[in-house]
Amino acid sequence: MTITEYFNLIWTDYTLRTITLGTAVLGAICGMLGSFAVLRKQSLLGDAISHAALPGIAIAFLITGAKDTNTLLLGALVSGLLGTFWIRGIINKTHLKTDTALGLILSLFFGFGMLLLTFIQKQPNANQAGLDKYLFGQAATLVESDVRLMVIVTGIALFVLLLFWKEFKILLFDADYTKTLGFNTKFIDVLITFFIVLAIVLGLQTVGVVLMSAMLLAPAAAARQWTNKLSTMIFLAAIFGAFSGVFGTAISASQNNLSTGPVIVLVAAVFVAVSFVFSPGRGLLFRQIRFQQNRRDLELQKTLQFMYGIAKTHEDISHPHAIRILNNFHGFTKKTLQKLEEKQWIILSGSQWSLTEEGFQKAKNLYNQSSSND
Amino acid sequence: MNNLNYAIQVDDLTVAYNYKPVLWDIDLHVPEGVLMAIVGPNGAGKSTLIKAILGILKPIAGSVTIYGEPYEKQRKKVAYVPQKGSVDWDFPTTALDVVMMGTYGQLGWIKRPGGKEKKASLEALEKVGMLAFKNRQISQLSGGQQQRVFLARALVQNAAIYFMDEPFQGVDATTEIAIINILKELRKAGKTVVVVHHDLQTVPEYFDWVTFLNVKKIATGPVKEIFNDDNLTKTYGINYKVAVNK
Repeated sequence: MTITEYFNLIWTDYTLRTITLGTAVLGAICGMLGSFAVLRKQSLLGDAISHAALPGIAIAFLITGAKDTNTLLLGALVSGLLGTFWIRGIINKTHLKTDTALGLILSLFFGFGMLLLTFIQKQPNANQAGLDKYLFGQAATLVESDVRLMVIVTGIALFVLLLFWKEFKILLFDADYTKTLGFNTKFIDVLITFFIVLAIVLGLQTVGVVLMSAMLLAPAAAARQWTNKLSTMIFLAAIFGAFSGVFGTAISASQNNLSTGPVIVLVAAVFVAVSFVFSPGRGLLFRQIRFQQNRRDLELQKTLQFMYGIAKTHEDISHPHAIRILNNFHGFTKKTLQKLEEKQWIILSGSQWSLTEEGFQKAKNLYNQSSSND
Repeated sequence: MNNLNYAIQVDDLTVAYNYKPVLWDIDLHVPEGVLMAIVGPNGAGKSTLIKAILGILKPIAGSVTIYGEPYEKQRKKVAYVPQKGSVDWDFPTTALDVVMMGTYGQLGWIKRPGGKEKKASLEALEKVGMLAFKNRQISQLSGGQQQRVFLARALVQNAAIYFMDEPFQGVDATTEIAIINILKELRKAGKTVVVVHHDLQTVPEYFDWVTFLNVKKIATGPVKEIFNDDNLTKTYGINYKVAVNK
């Protein structure tokens, strides 16, 4: 099956449609809530939470013996939240720094989860096969009830986001100040974190615990490059996330059912790479172009100013001077002279140049202009 | 004892981050309508004092009242300008948006700012000379401009008491003059202004009230009476020669 075939099948094939819708919704909610994580500089928290969810999945399976997705995700939610509170506890109660707390909880929970997973796999129970899909994700296992849950949670998250938009925004920007205004910052904080944990847990089946954090961060990091407005950033992150989900799943499904997680993350990484290079405001490419442009303009202005210094010693400002007397000044090339002539600031004739009235005025005002623009 | 003449009354305030107290047994009574500097060496607890008064930090002991009542009841009378470095200026928002945040406290939960709040914010931006930059992304502002935006955000709170944490830190002379003029205007309007300040040279010129702080309160009162070599030496531990009699 090729990608084109895949997308043609979406219209007719019910299963594919369910999976596509699911990954799109998942990408959108992750992009949306991931923006908060990125702006709060809690990028790594998502990584720790998703890894912390693994033992919950294993324990839920051990208790119920069934592979019902909702039960397993509930286990993931509990252990994810537990991990989050431990991280906070460590940061607040000990002298350990945030990164240490995150790394500690991440590896502790993930290690314990892997231990349980191998233990389960050694059990003589045919039911255990497929639990390892939670490591790297398998979108093909999404069924309608999974997608319905995703849509409901995304709807609630969107509602809460719109309702507390103002409170979220101010907390993200300036938490201390928010507190002085009388807002319960702990409540807002817990609300944001809770929804981030929820989004992570929802994504485990599709993307897997190992790469889930990329699903949160990549769309948000890409979106930040294109806008300086919070609402636009969150909207773009949701779009990027949705596209990553849909295309990632399509590629993995059309290539022998590769693990969905890594493919989705790679697609999201393409969004990030393109955004980092090509975004007009913050992109590397345009920044470099602007830098070169400024440099050339400055070179031009500097040459003009040097000419002005020579021309103003003469009564007639348009008196021609030999080009070679510019040799003392190292900033000019033939090209700069041509550019200056194009702008009609100077006139070249043979081996001589002369300033035009316009060029003289321009040079005279150069310094004043640049200082008033500051 | 509730004395309504005091805008801010701090009693027995002790704050510690770990084991060592940052503030020890602070008593501070600030009368209404003064422009007060809090001075002291690094680590003296100046910012901590403001944060404890504002309820950002929980003290170990002691009480704070604003016009005779606890801060929680009086927070609409109080505005705060945090240190400029305490936030990420690359946050995706504009100067006007930041100033609008000053109206959030009056609005309370959920309610969004409307035309009235926008108008007040634009006026505040104009007052600090930043109206032309209202739609500028905040990372594109210079340090002085960012400080003015923060000041505008506090102005829009329309409070009775203003707390400012090092508003002159890293700003150029033009901005410093602009800020001090606004502070003097606030005092003229009967507001109380408390400023964490570092430049001892300018204390007599800018302020009429001063508190010397170094973990303990060394002295507090009118600049004319207590801003002298004796208190400076007690606070900074070395003989500080300042031209007090300028």
